Amino acid sequence: MHNQHSQHHRILVVFPHPDDEAFGASGTLAKHISGGAQVTYACLTLGEMGRNMGIPPFANRVTLPAIRKEELEASCRAIGIQDLRMLGFQDKMIEFEDQQLLDSRIEALLEELRPSLVITFYPGYSVHPDHDATGASVIRTIGRLSADERPLVHCIAFANNHEQAIGKADLTVDVSAFIIQKMTSIRAHRSQFQAAELVGSRELTEEEILGRFGTEYFWTYRFD
Amino acid sequence: MQPIHPQDIQFRIDGLTDQDLYIHLELTTGAYAAHLDGTRHPASAFITNAAIRYTNGSISGTGPYRVGLKTALGWIYAEGLTHVEELETERLIMAGHDSQGKLVVALQLSREQF
Repeated sequence: MHNQHSQHHRILVVFPHPDDEAFGASGTLAKHISGGAQVTYACLTLGEMGRNMGIPPFANRVTLPAIRKEELEASCRAIGIQDLRMLGFQDKMIEFEDQQLLDSRIEALLEELRPSLVITFYPGYSVHPDHDATGASVIRTIGRLSADERPLVHCIAFANNHEQAIGKADLTVDVSAFIIQKMTSIRAHRSQFQAAELVGSRELTEEEILGRFGTEYFWTYRFD
Repeated sequence: MQPIHPQDIQFRIDGLTDQDLYIHLELTTGAYAAHLDGTRHPASAFITNAAIRYTNGSISGTGPYRVGLKTALGWIYAEGLTHVEELETERLIMAGHDSQGKLVVALQLSREQF
């Protein structure tokens, strides 16, 4: 297990939904950015098929995309992300999307940005079909590069069976020093943040917030 | 979104009768249903911007509400509707939210594409 936080100058983050960055990686990204990293976040959809509409509901199926776009922008500002790309794919449909089109968009970003680190979902172990399909596209695309051209890939996994299949995370990032950025990023997703499984029935104490959100976990993808 | 008043919905359904419309109809348990509770069976379906025309439509029940629309050759049905977008005048945008506020069903009608 290695827990050191190595230096990266250019990082590409690829997730399908606004708020994927907030829960899984915002603390780590804020940490990299404070160390001088340039971060590009490619967000494939606007999460327009999301089920949370606020409590009481202030969004609907028609207004949700514009609301979530603003939330995404606010979250990126909170983290310090310098470059947000909204790729305009249809939420829930990533697994059905033209694979060549999807891969070519990822490939173009890799060519343009030449990141030393890519962060995405671990294909097969990330619960939502959009997460798995996004991770799969990133892994396919990077897998086509020669070994010496490949950036490091850090994946997020959280399926119920993931540890049996891929073991424990090999990278554990203490983000407690960036908890304000992280909570601001999570709360920026106002339409999504009130979900019952997230906030429960009462306000969390500072200690509980750190316990729940103070550490982020990644799996380094092995291409061989 | 505001809680549904069935009389208002009936008035608006009547106003869209016998016209070429686009429909968005959706039902979903959410992609995380089985992740949070292994005994649940995740299921979702949506159809968006399908062209329809109905001859009779009504809202029924005491809330959550049901809506049935009779088309030339068949039916459209949605159960569990709780809310309507009150600021929309041209389009009828209805949704059903569960006790946690999550969308479980959506029924939307419009003369223009969504």
